[in-house]
Amino acid sequence: MTPLQGCLLVSALLFAIGLAGAVTRRNAILALVGIELMLNAANLNFIAFWRYGPNPEALSGMMVVIFSIAIAAAEAAVGLALIIAIYRHYRTVNLDEIKNLKG
Amino acid sequence: MSLPFIIIAVVTLFAAAAAMSLRNLVHCALSLVVALAGLAALYLSLDAQFVGFAQILVYVGAVAILIVFAVLLTRSDATPNQTILAPGWLFGIVVSAVVFATLGWAALNSAGLPTEMPPAPVPTVKNIGDLLMTQYILPLEVIGLLLTAALIGAVIIAMREDAPKTKMEDGGLKMEKSAPSFILHPPSSSGGAS
Repeated sequence: MTPLQGCLLVSALLFAIGLAGAVTRRNAILALVGIELMLNAANLNFIAFWRYGPNPEALSGMMVVIFSIAIAAAEAAVGLALIIAIYRHYRTVNLDEIKNLKG
Repeated sequence: MSLPFIIIAVVTLFAAAAAMSLRNLVHCALSLVVALAGLAALYLSLDAQFVGFAQILVYVGAVAILIVFAVLLTRSDATPNQTILAPGWLFGIVVSAVVFATLGWAALNSAGLPTEMPPAPVPTVKNIGDLLMTQYILPLEVIGLLLTAALIGAVIIAMREDAPKTKMEDGGLKMEKSAPSFILHPPSSSGGAS
């Protein structure tokens, strides 16, 4: 197994862990944490391919990761604000109990 | 694969699994910090210094603090004995295992993957800044606009309910409750001023 494949396997496992958490946990905050883990797994793939690619001087993979980190920060801020607003409305963050669209 | 890579990867994956499986939400947030710091170490070991330190600043510094604040603000002591998993959790585990099998199979069986590291580039901050100001200037501006809009939106969404609201939120969420307060607020404040 080459080092690049090691990176790709770590990234795949991280993505699977994040997906499992985002799908199975009942708490909305942990679903958001799972999404963050999936985004980070994608970032690791970008960095690994940038480093082992034929032309690392172009820095394109690194640029994608920089923008991806900024978007993930905005996503986390908006997602957590939504969770706080939902908690204020329903008094719970359990995803199974949030069933109504209007009420 | 070198020994440091294996150690960092094992620590990162165990911390991520702990962040997704522990019962106490504060423990989950702290495990997430360890996982994100491990990812930053992986970036550093791949010669991406700027991204590694940006990861530490943004994720370990800001996002983890946000998550801890959200955990503390939404703390409810109602159901401590409830199960932490949603009803269809087995299906979710199976789906993510299938996803991992597919990705891992693709990573292990792809032909033409580069096997050895090219000589380390020197992506100094100056190079990154040059690229951001020349080739990636439009994405940079769009990211700035997106961050501004997202943070203002986050503040508006998370504001208290009795604060004055925008028209869309009045119509969408709390028609009966917040409309009178919206009407009543300006007279009371102007009455106090006069």
